[in-house]
Amino acid sequence: MNHPAATAATLPSYLDQSDAVRARFDRMKSRETILEVEHLGKTFKSASGTTVALDDINFSTQRREFLCVVGPSGCGKSTLIRILAGLEEKTSGQVLLQDKPVSGPGRDRGMVFQGYTLFPWLTVKKNVMFGLEVNGTGASTAEREALQWLQLVGLEKFAEAYPHQLSGGMKQRAAIVRALANQPRILLMDEPFGALDAQTRARMQAYLLEIWKKIDITIIFITHDLDEAIFLGDRILVLSPHPGRVQELIEVPVPRPRALMQCITPEFLATKGRLEELIHQSTGDDELESYPAVARLTDVADNVE
Amino acid sequence: MKLFQLHRALSQRARLSIGVMSFVLPIALWSIVSYVPAVWHPQVLITDPGSADYLQVEMRMDRAAFDAEVADAKAEDRAPPQGIASNPIYLPSPDEVATAFYRSFTTPPPTQDGVWLHQSLWHSIKIIFWGFVISSIIGVPLGVLCGTYAAIARLFEPFTEFFRYLPAPAFGALAVAILGIYDGPKITIIVIGTLFQQILIIANTTRKLDIALVEAALTLGTKNSQLLRRVVLPAILPDLYRDQRILLGWAWTYLIVAELIGTTSGITWFITQQARYQHFPNVYAAIIMIGILGLGTDMILAQLSRRLFPWDRSLAKTG
Repeated sequence: MNHPAATAATLPSYLDQSDAVRARFDRMKSRETILEVEHLGKTFKSASGTTVALDDINFSTQRREFLCVVGPSGCGKSTLIRILAGLEEKTSGQVLLQDKPVSGPGRDRGMVFQGYTLFPWLTVKKNVMFGLEVNGTGASTAEREALQWLQLVGLEKFAEAYPHQLSGGMKQRAAIVRALANQPRILLMDEPFGALDAQTRARMQAYLLEIWKKIDITIIFITHDLDEAIFLGDRILVLSPHPGRVQELIEVPVPRPRALMQCITPEFLATKGRLEELIHQSTGDDELESYPAVARLTDVADNVE
Repeated sequence: MKLFQLHRALSQRARLSIGVMSFVLPIALWSIVSYVPAVWHPQVLITDPGSADYLQVEMRMDRAAFDAEVADAKAEDRAPPQGIASNPIYLPSPDEVATAFYRSFTTPPPTQDGVWLHQSLWHSIKIIFWGFVISSIIGVPLGVLCGTYAAIARLFEPFTEFFRYLPAPAFGALAVAILGIYDGPKITIIVIGTLFQQILIIANTTRKLDIALVEAALTLGTKNSQLLRRVVLPAILPDLYRDQRILLGWAWTYLIVAELIGTTSGITWFITQQARYQHFPNVYAAIIMIGILGLGTDMILAQLSRRLFPWDRSLAKTG
């Protein structure tokens, strides 16, 4: 962990951008706006009173942007993405997809969940065909397209397998193409790699960038892993908890194409320092200090450190 | 011991041998009680009445009375009666039951209007089949709807909860008054006994559906009207099938009561007739036959579910 104060002297500011990075951002911003969130609010009513989960959230994403959303637990990032997906009702404000307000779920917003949510009774191929079929595509066309999508992520050999026969990484690849097969304007991902082991997760991150580069898709990616957010995102939306508010929208100065090696570059560390600062600020004191001290139960001379 | 580790899967051999033990143990216990004279045998089967003129061969009497009779005879210097230790007539030995089981399929019924065991059974199976089919035609769709839509559940479930506490046989007289004395009221009792449990059990199974699957389907553009057929039904089908297997077992347990209503028929008629003439081996043979049929049906259905739901992971656990 880099303490922001200790490294501030040696690191550039996270706001400094190289010319190439600035040019990329200019190009990105010149593209049309896909999604616009205006004064979005969400209040939960329960027996113990009302809880404000989201308060006046404003942001927008451009076409083919990769936007990450981070924040401590309780900041409402999952609520936010569920509202965008139409799985939850907003209390106030509006969500515009290509200037049209959205309500309820729809095929124009694909979603990938942490728990894979592949349909266990369908083969991998049928899973990918599902979205096409419920939207009225004929079985033979749907099958052809599904096979093409599976080929894209190297799962064509597993077309006839059932989800339980796949590894976690394969399941999540299948879930991603299931969402993409519908050709949504935007792909919402709610901590999709949270259940994967460290190696698989790293490979999936790189793979997701490959997919994103090759097709016309805008991604909103929720995570609590700051490295993941910096590695993947063009911009990072930082939310603060209780109530969930936008704290800052950070433009990631790390140049593309991204590689795992970049996690020790000054831009990367500066961005991470800033994110940690923001998240510590919003959660108050370092959480570790609130744990009680542990009494020694061993011989004083028998030290392990 | 390794066998008693929590949730430890058994090897194929251990599964088979322990499964066989499950039947061998009760049969062994029955054999010990039947064949070891020192165990129980509270009566004496007379083989020679001796000088006691009120005794007859093949008659059973309590051991104490027999011993008193022997002592009396000896004291008066008469020929003592002779007999062998035996169990009461209502507990025949395994070999008697096995013989009766075999004979019930090979010897014609003693009376002209009598029926074979298999004819009685077939009649019972038809009653169960129709009772269960009628119950399922109503209960399965209603259960699924209750589990899916809270409003429908609220409308049907309170009344169903009330009705399921009413003992089905209580409707026997009513069913006879309405439907006559033949198969109608019997099928009705099975339906009443099964249906109300069925609605509630299937509603609960439907409610256990992983809501994330519904949400995934919604984000893929599934319309509300498509959800039931595309997601809810296929997702719960293996569990629904398991419920139906259990409910079919319950339907069997209502059979005897149902068949006593109106004119006694089917396997119940066979059992009551045989019991009346004290042919207890036949009674046991018929009861065992019901068990074999029930278990056999369930094993076939279990095997079938592997074919039907190759993707169901809970099958791997329950075998």
